[in-house]
Amino acid sequence: MSKHASASPAMALFRRDMKLAFRRLGESLLPLFFLFTVIILIPLGVGPGPNLLARMAPGMIWVAALLSSLLALEHLFRPDLEDGTLEQWFVGGDSVVGRVLARMLSHWLITGLPVIVFSPLAAQMLYLPNHALGTLVLSLVIGTPALSLLGGLAAALTLSTRGASVLLSILVFPLIVPLVIFATGAVSMVADGLDPSAHLGLLAAFTILALTLAPLGIAAALRMNLE
Amino acid sequence: MIWKKLKLWFHMLGSPPTFHVFAKRVAPWLWAGFAITAIYAMYLALYVVPPDYQQGDSMRILYIHVPAAWQAMFGYMVMTVLAVIALIWRIRLTEIMAMSCAPIGAGLTLVCLATGAIWGKPMWGTWWVWDARLTSMLVLLFIYIGIMGLYAAYDDKRKGARVAAILVLAGAVNIPIIHFSVEWWTTLHQPATIRLMGESAMDASMLPPLIWMVIATKLLFGAALLDRSRNELLEQDRSKKWVENLVVQGTAARS
Repeated sequence: MSKHASASPAMALFRRDMKLAFRRLGESLLPLFFLFTVIILIPLGVGPGPNLLARMAPGMIWVAALLSSLLALEHLFRPDLEDGTLEQWFVGGDSVVGRVLARMLSHWLITGLPVIVFSPLAAQMLYLPNHALGTLVLSLVIGTPALSLLGGLAAALTLSTRGASVLLSILVFPLIVPLVIFATGAVSMVADGLDPSAHLGLLAAFTILALTLAPLGIAAALRMNLE
Repeated sequence: MIWKKLKLWFHMLGSPPTFHVFAKRVAPWLWAGFAITAIYAMYLALYVVPPDYQQGDSMRILYIHVPAAWQAMFGYMVMTVLAVIALIWRIRLTEIMAMSCAPIGAGLTLVCLATGAIWGKPMWGTWWVWDARLTSMLVLLFIYIGIMGLYAAYDDKRKGARVAAILVLAGAVNIPIIHFSVEWWTTLHQPATIRLMGESAMDASMLPPLIWMVIATKLLFGAALLDRSRNELLEQDRSKKWVENLVVQGTAARS
């Protein structure tokens, strides 16, 4: 028996997704380039004053992360729906939630992780004070998985609709509001010399809630779209 | 015996023709009740209640603002319960009723935000502040709009209703956030002054129009919900036999 045949379906799906992502490296890195175009546009738009930019930095980096995460969402499940793979998810006896989690993990690794890795650079470009940098990275580490999961929920809900991409961004907005508030709140507090742990704790609670409930919602929405 | 009859009536209500008859009979009474209580409440609010010692006459707009806000949130809870029933038992009528809640709730949220802004301009000196209560109410509006958009985007209405029901459940997280926003964060919006238990922070002479307006908005919601659900049913079932029979009867009665 080969190594791949013994792997669980969720693991196999994850491997396939990651392999595809690395084969199309240019395409996979587009969200990251998009993030930096947004970050570069901000000083050009509001003026290069360091004080103003430093105040805006946490919010702007988070908004840019959100926008770049939105980019890949439309194609999160749609190719699988079109070629019939999605139906196979439900035919087998294996857990659909497991596959959903595998898909969301690969989405986070492709869109979330690069943002975290390059966020110090973006923070430098916007003059974020150095002592707030750690909290910014921490807030991204805690928060971006929830960003992926809630985006995945919106993608599953709009899977077989007309004009899915516009609808998707409208649906994502109200769901991720708490995320943006707590994350940027934490970074701003550190920048002002206060303790951010309350905000980070709420952010973590939100992510855990999304991690437990969103996969179930995604699985249910996918099933309905196949009916 | 009565329990059995009630159960039978409840099950029959799930069938579109029975619901049509029921809604058509009940809705006018609710509309009439709404008109009477709303006019009485407005009379009390505009003529009977004394002006506030600080805010003067401008506080009278809150007799619309507060009931609209409450009903916008209560309407969401009604929609959530209907959505749960729709997802678990797949009763078609509850799917339609849940989706009919969204436009009414969105309208009430809009009324709440608009009246709040009009009151805020002279009182706070600004139409809008980005505090937790106002922002979470704005998020509620967007959730309502998202539900309506999602439902409309599906050609298969049953599928659309069930998918949107999941979004209803996800959006329900926002309701406790709105409710506790004035306690969890320091906001410009004042904390709750009305309490079910214990002393309200509001003078008793100012309470009656509020209570009447709250009753009025409940009746408004019920009446609009019944009418909207009935219309949606008729539209979706326009090629079904029972609608055809209704139309035939209607034209026969008129000629």
